[in-house]
Amino acid sequence: METETVIKAVDLTKKFGNFTAVDNISFEVNKGEIFGFLGANGAGKTTAMRMLCGLSKPTSGVANIAGFDVYTETEKIKSHIGYMSQKFSLYEDLTIAENINFFGGIYGLSDKELKEQSNSLIEKLDLSKNANKLVGELPLGWKQKLAFSVAIIHKPSIVFLDEPTGGVDPITRRQFWDMIYDAAESGITIFITTHYMDEAEYCNRVSMMVDGKIAALDSPSNLKEQYGAATMDDVFYYLARQAKRS
Amino acid sequence: MQDLIVNNVSKSFNKGKVKALVDVSFSVEKGELFGIIGPDGAGKTTLFRILTTLLLADEGMATVNGSDVIIDYKAIRNNVGYMPGKFSLYQDLTVEENLVFFASIFNTTVEENYKLIEDIYVQLEPFKNRRAGKLSGGMKQKLALCCALIHRPAVLFLDEPTTGVDAVSRKEFWEMLKRLKKEGITILVSTPYMDEANLCERIALIQKGEILSIDTPNNITEQYPDKLLAVKSDNMSLLLKDLRKNENVKSAFSFGEYHHISFVDGFKNDPMQSDLFGANNHTNISMKPIAATVEDCFIHLMSKHEVNGN
Repeated sequence: METETVIKAVDLTKKFGNFTAVDNISFEVNKGEIFGFLGANGAGKTTAMRMLCGLSKPTSGVANIAGFDVYTETEKIKSHIGYMSQKFSLYEDLTIAENINFFGGIYGLSDKELKEQSNSLIEKLDLSKNANKLVGELPLGWKQKLAFSVAIIHKPSIVFLDEPTGGVDPITRRQFWDMIYDAAESGITIFITTHYMDEAEYCNRVSMMVDGKIAALDSPSNLKEQYGAATMDDVFYYLARQAKRS
Repeated sequence: MQDLIVNNVSKSFNKGKVKALVDVSFSVEKGELFGIIGPDGAGKTTLFRILTTLLLADEGMATVNGSDVIIDYKAIRNNVGYMPGKFSLYQDLTVEENLVFFASIFNTTVEENYKLIEDIYVQLEPFKNRRAGKLSGGMKQKLALCCALIHRPAVLFLDEPTTGVDAVSRKEFWEMLKRLKKEGITILVSTPYMDEANLCERIALIQKGEILSIDTPNNITEQYPDKLLAVKSDNMSLLLKDLRKNENVKSAFSFGEYHHISFVDGFKNDPMQSDLFGANNHTNISMKPIAATVEDCFIHLMSKHEVNGN
């Protein structure tokens, strides 16, 4: 099977005044891959992610997301990606059904598609009894699962997940990963940041950002071998400690 | 001596609809580093707010450093340090101004207790004229800790000090706590990260307002009742599905590189010799018996609790 590249960055750079937040990063992500985007606080992950989502113009370099250019085709990028973070997910004072309708509508689903998607989603998440409940009343774990489902309701090429599992209980965290695997198997590329190092192991490949640069990029097993480390935690610790900027 | 005593404390919100704490009891020895381990929504912050006299419990009683949280709330406020989960310093005061401000509120000076915060403050010193709101996450966390310590409290309350903080800064933060413990300060710290449980002397696992277990991390992991194996193969996602189909497997969960599996009670065979994987030909299978981690125990206790209808 020929691998299809869905994210391609070459020498991507973002400067704020004299400060180089993202410094010449180059990498590719393939269709259906689960790509872990790791780094310490302040390493430049969020800035890089904002450029890849078409929200922030790079200072220099090239990036192509789902076949679209990050300088000139940002609106097309936005309609071909999904995004979810722990901080921004759903409207708490809309019901579950209303949230699905709202986000599905924003992502341009037709009424017919929206109805089908909405029904199958509510059924899949076992929320049919609660469809008219306000999202604010749901436990955090359910909110996160619903937010993820909504982020991929338009079947995007790529979904960006920014610390999606922060604070959820250990069982829900694993159920969330089951959903990630299912999405990846259906061909959606997963681009994810996390502070849980066990989750780094669940990724096909992992990149480690240090001081705005990509310091390492490989599969978890290769990274552990390369750095002679027993766990991804040790790899992370070894690389992140070399950071000079705080 | 016990510096913290919590007896049958309950608290609900929204006219009883949301049960934040259900009959919570535990005590913490003077100078102990005690961890409250649980996910968001478990009731950790409610508990901290009750113990720091910012919220009244519906039922039960609690004492902090010998003072009752209701009758002697003023004494408690003078004797404890509290670092809330949300950054709560003055964003438009500088690093130094924040510290001086908190010292003066507690009728003391930065100089008087400088030794206590010296290790932490030296890292902040280069930025002492920067406004607190302009600091990085890690620096904000260090400043908040300094401000909570500047009056040398008897008891220190740290509500999720490491949430959203990267693995390196988390490690550094726990090193700082160990040094503070040596100063004899009682520390109650909460965290959603199960791996941090091992850094506490004793822990309470908490979920949906109820304490699932209280003990040393070692005793908790030793009480894990089932035989536990770590398994991996080339296709981890399929492996998990196949393991869950096996009738002898009680639970199967991903733990980083491996899946951890436990077995149903009646299963007496040697799991290493048994066919666990179904019809799919898994390649590069590796399997080993392991000791349970705190996270295994949390999952086990959580599942047991839910089966019991809670």
